[in-house]
Amino acid sequence: MSEASTEKYNFAIVRGFAFSALFWLVIGLIVGLWIAFEMFNPALNLTPWLSFGRLRVVHTNGLGLGFGLAAIFATSYYILQRLTRIPILFPRLAQVHLYFFNTVIALGALSLFAGMNTTKEYAELEWPLDIGVVVLWVMFAVNVFGTLIKRKEKQMYISLWYIISMTVAIAILYIVNNLEIPVTLFKSYSVYAGANDANVEWWYGHNVVGFIFTVPILAMFYYFLPKSTGLPIFSHRLSIVSFWALNFAYLWTGAHHLMLTPLPEWIQTVAIAFSIFLIAPSWGSVVNGYYTLQGNWDQMRTNYLTKFFIAGITFYGLQTLQGPLQGLRTLNAFFHYTDWVVGHVHMGTMGWVTMVISASFYYMIPRITNKELYSIKLADTHFWLILVGQFTWTITMWIAGIQQGAMWKATNPDGSLMYNFLDTVTSLYPYYKLRFAAGVIYFIGILVFVWNLTMTVRKQSSQTEV
Amino acid sequence: MGITSKPVVFAVLAAVLILIGTTVTVFIPLFMPSTQPVSTFIKPYTAVEQEGRDIYMREGCNNCHTQTVRPLRTEVLRYGEYSKPEEFAYDRPFLWGSRRTGPDLNRVGGKYPDSWHYKHTANPQGMFEKSNMPPYGWLAKNQLETTYSFKKTSILGYGYSENDVRQQIEQYRLKVTDESYPSKESRNQVTPLEIRKQLTEMDALIAYLQKLGRDVKKMEAAQ
Repeated sequence: MSEASTEKYNFAIVRGFAFSALFWLVIGLIVGLWIAFEMFNPALNLTPWLSFGRLRVVHTNGLGLGFGLAAIFATSYYILQRLTRIPILFPRLAQVHLYFFNTVIALGALSLFAGMNTTKEYAELEWPLDIGVVVLWVMFAVNVFGTLIKRKEKQMYISLWYIISMTVAIAILYIVNNLEIPVTLFKSYSVYAGANDANVEWWYGHNVVGFIFTVPILAMFYYFLPKSTGLPIFSHRLSIVSFWALNFAYLWTGAHHLMLTPLPEWIQTVAIAFSIFLIAPSWGSVVNGYYTLQGNWDQMRTNYLTKFFIAGITFYGLQTLQGPLQGLRTLNAFFHYTDWVVGHVHMGTMGWVTMVISASFYYMIPRITNKELYSIKLADTHFWLILVGQFTWTITMWIAGIQQGAMWKATNPDGSLMYNFLDTVTSLYPYYKLRFAAGVIYFIGILVFVWNLTMTVRKQSSQTEV
Repeated sequence: MGITSKPVVFAVLAAVLILIGTTVTVFIPLFMPSTQPVSTFIKPYTAVEQEGRDIYMREGCNNCHTQTVRPLRTEVLRYGEYSKPEEFAYDRPFLWGSRRTGPDLNRVGGKYPDSWHYKHTANPQGMFEKSNMPPYGWLAKNQLETTYSFKKTSILGYGYSENDVRQQIEQYRLKVTDESYPSKESRNQVTPLEIRKQLTEMDALIAYLQKLGRDVKKMEAAQ
């Protein structure tokens, strides 16, 4: 299949970002395991920079920005070239983008270890690094739009739409939420105060998840699922409707993270309404995925990639049902601030996001290196380990959340509280231990993944079939 | 659909769509005074309290402690009166948090004496054997850095003069180093001799914690 045209594509950049993603994935998960252990054994808070409060942000930023963005850049550069049928317009810029990206993430991790933390969730980096993130985003955007404008393929396929909307949305979100006044090189204050700061932050917090952990992952899903299965997407029209509805509705929903806080009630209520509405476009993609396999469900057994996509989209479907339900006032009053939400987030990241990125990498890496995958068996092992790890992890946290929520609310017949706060924490330690074990299983699965791809690339260039 | 062959038009359209919800739910509320009302009862943080708040941020305390009591019966029973928007007028950034691994702190000010905080912050397990809170004894070993205190309060618009800030810092230092300071014994236990006469990061953090939820009580009493 290696036509003459594939030779001119710039796959070095794809490979660079893909392996950067794997690197940050491993780092982020090690930190994750460390803090999971600290949750039931505080002895691991050995030094200030290993204390939970600092490490948790290294974990979220390392995986969200390090792993997530690198994987998105890798797949976007690949999809972009294939769907436009021209190489990346500015290959030098892309190369600088790769180095600059890793520098910013490394400095970001170090600065968070050092306690330079603006505390706005998923936007904790201090202002000089915020500028770094904006610069690297502009580098990416220039290549995206440059390549799109010069493209040879007239129509833009759905995946490109998602890449465009991500590029635009993340720029707006990141800049608006990170407006801050510097005190020193390492310290700044938000320009917004109190309830407004909260509202801006969760508009960002919710949508950064939307436009990093949903939109570009859907771009991968819509491209790599048909490619891997050889089956066309079930309905193009459904994907069009879903795309525009998702992009419209997402931005209204941030305040469901601020239920029953001093934020004005009308903003909360609008957020609830749009959250419920969001089920429709989300499930548009889920249904589209399932129906694409119509009549070919045997691929779940015969094609090792298919199950990653289908499990992934299933978790996406569950995620997008669970999310709006948690946003309802009554349920939110019970679940918010508990581990239930932690379970919810990790179903998305460990299930949907990682499953789809894994399959996309398995599809891409052999093709860009012109080698066969090292081992399909290992890929299957990877699949089952991360599936079992993730499921055990999230279900454990849901149960822990229900228990703590119930204990917080429990009262004696005379109306007094039944449990003091500490009781509600210590009763969760068995769950925290199980969660740590589940995390280890998941981590082993990821190590298998990394090993498999590393060995693939290391293989002596195998077949030179024409 | 013509726009699927026009990337720039497509991007502009996507941006417009994204900005509709953003404008209604985020940008417009920014200019509505009712989103973040102010009250004369709520005073800005002192320079020391603000330094304490910055340490709270540096250590990522917000990852485990929320600062909003919701209007729910059991929550009010556990933490005190539910949070009012006016309380947060000086909070840049807000520190409401998203997970309660530890208890809510919005109404913690005045709940315990300083001595309790010195002991607990330095060694939570000494007080509650099974607590999973990290120990922060080292905060008492760090002298408080006040080089930027004035710059900070002026950026935050608290309206203090340079002299005010100097006085606030000196006053608080005199308070905690005075022989008659009620929490002297606990403070001495965690603070090394060499810096006992100086303000430490722990002192500032405790000053901040003791400020939380205090002013609003006067506002609530007046209503």
